[in-house]
Amino acid sequence: MMAVGLHHFLVLSALLFVLGLLAVITKKNAVTVLMGIELILNAANINFIAFSRYVDTDLDGQLFALFVIITAAAAAAVALAIVLNIYKQMRSVNLDEADTLAG
Amino acid sequence: MNYFDLTFYVFAIGAVVSAGMMVFSRNLIYCAVGLLFALASVAGIYVLLGADFLAATQLMVYVGGIVALLLFGIMLSVKFTGVELRTGTLQMLPGLMIAAGLFLLLVRMVFRTEWAVNQPGEMLPTTSTIGKRIMTDLLIPFEIASILLLVALIGAAYMARRERT
Amino acid sequence: MEALIQALQSQSAFFSQFSESLLALIFFVLFGLLFATVAAVCALVFVYLERKVSAHMQDRLGPMEVNTEIPVLKKIGHGWAQTLADAFKLLLKEDIIPDAADRRLHLIAPFILFAAVIAAFAVMPFGEKLVVSDMNIGVFFVLAITSFSVIGVILAGWASNNKWSLLGGMRSAAQIVSYEIPNGLVVLVIVMQVGSMRFNDIVIAQSGGILNWHVFQFFPLNLIAFIIAFLATLAEANRAPFDLPEAESELTAGFATEYSGFKWAIFYLSEYANMFLIGIFLSALFLGGWTSPFGSLFGGFFDQPGWQPIWIILKAVAIVFLQMWLRWTLPRLRVDQLMYTSWKVLTPFAFVAIFGVGLWMLL
Repeated sequence: MMAVGLHHFLVLSALLFVLGLLAVITKKNAVTVLMGIELILNAANINFIAFSRYVDTDLDGQLFALFVIITAAAAAAVALAIVLNIYKQMRSVNLDEADTLAG
Repeated sequence: MNYFDLTFYVFAIGAVVSAGMMVFSRNLIYCAVGLLFALASVAGIYVLLGADFLAATQLMVYVGGIVALLLFGIMLSVKFTGVELRTGTLQMLPGLMIAAGLFLLLVRMVFRTEWAVNQPGEMLPTTSTIGKRIMTDLLIPFEIASILLLVALIGAAYMARRERT
Repeated sequence: MEALIQALQSQSAFFSQFSESLLALIFFVLFGLLFATVAAVCALVFVYLERKVSAHMQDRLGPMEVNTEIPVLKKIGHGWAQTLADAFKLLLKEDIIPDAADRRLHLIAPFILFAAVIAAFAVMPFGEKLVVSDMNIGVFFVLAITSFSVIGVILAGWASNNKWSLLGGMRSAAQIVSYEIPNGLVVLVIVMQVGSMRFNDIVIAQSGGILNWHVFQFFPLNLIAFIIAFLATLAEANRAPFDLPEAESELTAGFATEYSGFKWAIFYLSEYANMFLIGIFLSALFLGGWTSPFGSLFGGFFDQPGWQPIWIILKAVAIVFLQMWLRWTLPRLRVDQLMYTSWKVLTPFAFVAIFGVGLWMLL
């Protein structure tokens, strides 16, 4: 096995991205879809930081990753509030059943 | 192999196995625990990449905040009949095909591109550099991020409040 | 740590045949285990101390019976072996898991909590060179690792399949998350003054006698910061007066209701190890860490490396005694009073402290 370099981190990031995508497109429960989105954001963060270390000379990648973490936290909070509201209305968080625009 | 490689493989395999548990498990709480260990392993990967401040931020924000929030969300959105939470999956096979196809495409692209790799220098502490950059070059994104967090805080608290009927 | 490994490799032929990274790995694991054992033993001692302290404050004697037949140890008396007896009893008790509970989560929840507390001992400075890992982000690492305890508590409450446990677990999680905010803010006050998040830098900045300790500088803002930090860490450890989640009279031991035997011992141990961790954390940040309070009075005799662990452990034990004293003196706060204290009292005062110290440092 060759020494760990940039390619290893990029392949790991691709693997986590694809697993997160799988969670988003195959899961019925809204909260699990949210978990998949968090995993996708983390995979993108690994990519940013790996490039910041192996290609960049400055810390641009790490700063971008910091802002991604902040935005992901805000998105998760708001999305969970929406999920709780859907549960209050429909008594279920199955995404297939949330298909009306009115009410 | 030196212990940088060993640590990388430990954290990478931990992250992938936990993410797999998150995707393929039927029990909702097991999904959340899988996400927890995946995010903690990703924090370990950040340390290997020299991003010490970011690793601690990841642990504090994601593990201490978001996973706890997700667990609360799961527990508040289930009908309490004493049955454990099960969630099914739809159309796993087309999903797997798409995922595998995308993964192969990404890996091929990674190995084919000529990345302009500099040999990485020694790992310096990043906290003061990040602080200085945020206060000088990236001041506007920083302020917008704080306003975003304020708006998200107020919005989420308002939307999830108990209705006084 | 690196100096130790290099010294070993240069001086002995046996050690130089292993690679440096392998030696580093072994030493990290060994020192980590050593500190974990020290923490666990301290937790046992503190359990006994709590029983004795509470007893004397309530004008009774506490455990007096349990003793051994070994002549030297028998003279100590005062029931010193009580904790050993309790530990044996808990190890031998039957491990009951409720029928409808989730077995795997029931098993890992106490260990997540325990691991979170013990992992934070890796950065605690017991002396200038006696740190397992002197990180650049030491203080931030402690704050980040202790946020794992929220997950352990929620999973313990859920996995017991019991309404009291679930309520206790969710209340405890809400409490820990709310009190992390004033805790982080007042730690920021100290980091601002020192300019570094490394524990040894913070301790060295307080050397030179008792008047140089952070709690007495920038008077009274740092004192306010110390009080806020003390209360916030007390609430994070689920200690009285913030111990509603495990209130015996109301929630029948809260999230730990369905635990018995060894797993309950792990919960109990992690609570006392958390108290010791808080003691060391607060004394390193505010009370001068391993520096002596005498400064240059006795010609630097008390500054020698042998005295450093003694000073920090003394200060940590003083803070633990203060925590026990508060437990048996004050009544318990209701859950809405708890939330009120965190969000409407401690957080604004923490902001005032940060603003005040920042302004003072600029002028």
